[in-house]
Amino acid sequence: MIEVNTAGEVWVFAEQHAGAIEDTSLELLGKGRELADTLGVPLGAVLAGDGCADLADRLGHYGADRVYLVEDPLLEHYQPTSYAKVLDTLITRHRPQIVLYGATPCGRDLAPRVASAIKAGLTADCTDLQIGDHTVGKTGKVYKNLLFQIRPAFGGNIIATIINFDRWPQMATVREGVMPMPQPDASHKAQIVREKVSLGHEDLALEILREERTERKVNLKASRIIVAGGAGVGSRENFKQVWDLAHCLGGAVGGTRAAVDLGFVDRDHQVGQTGTTVRPSLYIAVGISGAIQHQAGMSESQKIIAINNDPEAPIFQVAHYKIVGDLNEVVPMMIRAVKGKA
Amino acid sequence: MAYRCVVLVKQVPDTKRITGQAMNEDGTVNRAALPAIFNPEDLNALELALQIKDRYGGHITVLTMGLPTAAQVLREALYRGADEAILITDRRCAASDTLATSYILSCAVRKLDYDLVLCGRQAIDGDTAQVGPQTAEKLGLPQITYVEELISLDGDVITARRNIGNGWQEVRARLPILLTVIDEANEPRIASAKRLMKYKKAKVPAECGDKTEMKALEDRGLLIGQWDLDALEADLAWCGREGSPTKVHRIQSVVLTARETRQVEPTQEGINTLVHTLIEDHTIG
Ligand SMILES: Cc1cc2nc3c(=O)[nH]c(=O)nc-3n(C[C@H](O)[C@H](O)[C@H](O)COP(=O)(O)OP(=O)(O)OC[C@H]3O[C@@H](n4cnc5c(N)ncnc54)[C@H](O)[C@@H]3O)c2cc1C
Ligand SMILES: Nc1ncnc2c1ncn2[C@@H]1O[C@H](COP(=O)(O)O)[C@@H](O)[C@H]1O
Repeated sequence: MIEVNTAGEVWVFAEQHAGAIEDTSLELLGKGRELADTLGVPLGAVLAGDGCADLADRLGHYGADRVYLVEDPLLEHYQPTSYAKVLDTLITRHRPQIVLYGATPCGRDLAPRVASAIKAGLTADCTDLQIGDHTVGKTGKVYKNLLFQIRPAFGGNIIATIINFDRWPQMATVREGVMPMPQPDASHKAQIVREKVSLGHEDLALEILREERTERKVNLKASRIIVAGGAGVGSRENFKQVWDLAHCLGGAVGGTRAAVDLGFVDRDHQVGQTGTTVRPSLYIAVGISGAIQHQAGMSESQKIIAINNDPEAPIFQVAHYKIVGDLNEVVPMMIRAVKGKA
Repeated sequence: MAYRCVVLVKQVPDTKRITGQAMNEDGTVNRAALPAIFNPEDLNALELALQIKDRYGGHITVLTMGLPTAAQVLREALYRGADEAILITDRRCAASDTLATSYILSCAVRKLDYDLVLCGRQAIDGDTAQVGPQTAEKLGLPQITYVEELISLDGDVITARRNIGNGWQEVRARLPILLTVIDEANEPRIASAKRLMKYKKAKVPAECGDKTEMKALEDRGLLIGQWDLDALEADLAWCGREGSPTKVHRIQSVVLTARETRQVEPTQEGINTLVHTLIEDHTIG
């Protein structure tokens, strides 16, 4: 168990695979910077791997003051047991007050294992993090400057703020794409702190036989414009209209879980609580009712246009532009209007 | 070689069916107003265990920690083919977060003989996906999370394919091991009518009226196992509220923030005007 240490640093686990840092880790450095400045402590990044030292500069540009670097041939590929040992060791050694991980499959494999080993709290899939005070109801005791770990729960129907005050560190995994990507600053340099963690072959429980990482075909997070279709589109054939509108706007195609389940569009396109979280400049919702789980992934969009033939559809509550009508008429009109601008 | 599997299953409120009635005035969820179901991915974990048993033989124990009403998911597991079921129930388990839950579950698993421990990836009440890896750590087991296919079991060597979000990975490891299973892994079988007829009368001691009823069920092999924290020899400092580092600061129900919404007529003219506005403010173009 790690004692409370209010002078501890804020840390981000820098997830890297084959020399590429995950976007989520960079997004977390942006948020981590903000939290560290509020607390007046340095921002650290933990970088583990084999021959990955050259990634440290980049972590500096994205806001890290220090990079805790662990290089070992045994860390070439991510594995839960070996990487958890690295984190347990470094956290116990340096007692940071906050440790953040991306809620990627890797982060969600690793963070709970670390939390269990050091007997610390962990909140999964946060969508927001803030610093605030907590008063204990019964005693009136006030804990200052805690990490508010904010996340949807119960299928997105409630928002819970979780804290931990009697055991350190405060740890959270954070959803991909919910924190804005910071602007890199090439003049911001991180100090590299080389760390040794003794690892043996017994720490490698898995043998990785084969692996395939496909470049994500659909990069929803990077798209400025998204046209998303729902069950109301009716069929995979009719979804062509959604693709057409997206093409002429230079945007990407999204879908609801219902549209994915019905086979109208592939799973990589799903927007929402269990899909991708997006915040484009323009989001056009076509035949989407606006379930809370869908809204969880798109309500932060700068402008939302909703097309639905049901004037009571909940999507209209978050829409900036409400078009009550049949999508089979409205979408072609919109394509015409956009093409007509040339 | 036959394999002994322990499957961790959870009874969860059906979060798909949350309506206004299920929310209390203060924004908390009234669990009682929601139907309770077998956590969907735990059915996939159970199905994987059943497939292992069908293919190699073995024994399946299903474990759950919860209120006595959670015995329902144990019965459902028995209908589908589990050999044995155990409920962990104790007032002192209340308010356990994932760390305390995994500690309690690991104490229970330790009492059993096993080659594999199977969990769902995540439970839909919190979607945390933490209890599996935390239980593995507590038991000193390796883990394969996000299992989408069991490729083979050969002696004490398992080969499985796991989903890594933007791709997959094929890994090999030695038993004993803990797996977390995702819904793509299989299609859970339905209850067998014969087993349903037999086990629908099965109960945990907490559901029995008196000792006589318990004894009668036991004689017919219909008494489901029940353990409390004493039976687990659990250290109470790691259970329940005291054992849970995370606390709730605040809960808010999701209030949809009404925006200033402009109505656009579904006519070519209306749409043209909208598109113009968007071009002018550089949203498109
Ligand atoms: C744990 C959990 C996680 C989930 N995660 C997600 C997630 O990540 N993403 C997600 O999207 N959902 C998610 N869901 C599902 C979500 O609850 C909804 O079921 C889903 O978003 C509904 O999709 P939809 O709007 O396409 O379909 P529907 O709700 O069926 O809505 C279709 C809409 O189309 C309209 N319509 C029909 N015909 C026309 C027409 N001709 N012209 C115009 N409008 C028309 C209808 O009025 C209706 O409003 C999740 C659910 C759960 C329980
Ligand atoms: N109370 C519980 N009893 C038994 N198994 C559980 C319990 N809570 C979680 N699990 C298991 O851990 C998995 C992940 O749960 P969670 O971390 O809550 O998302 C579930 O799919 C179950 O297999």
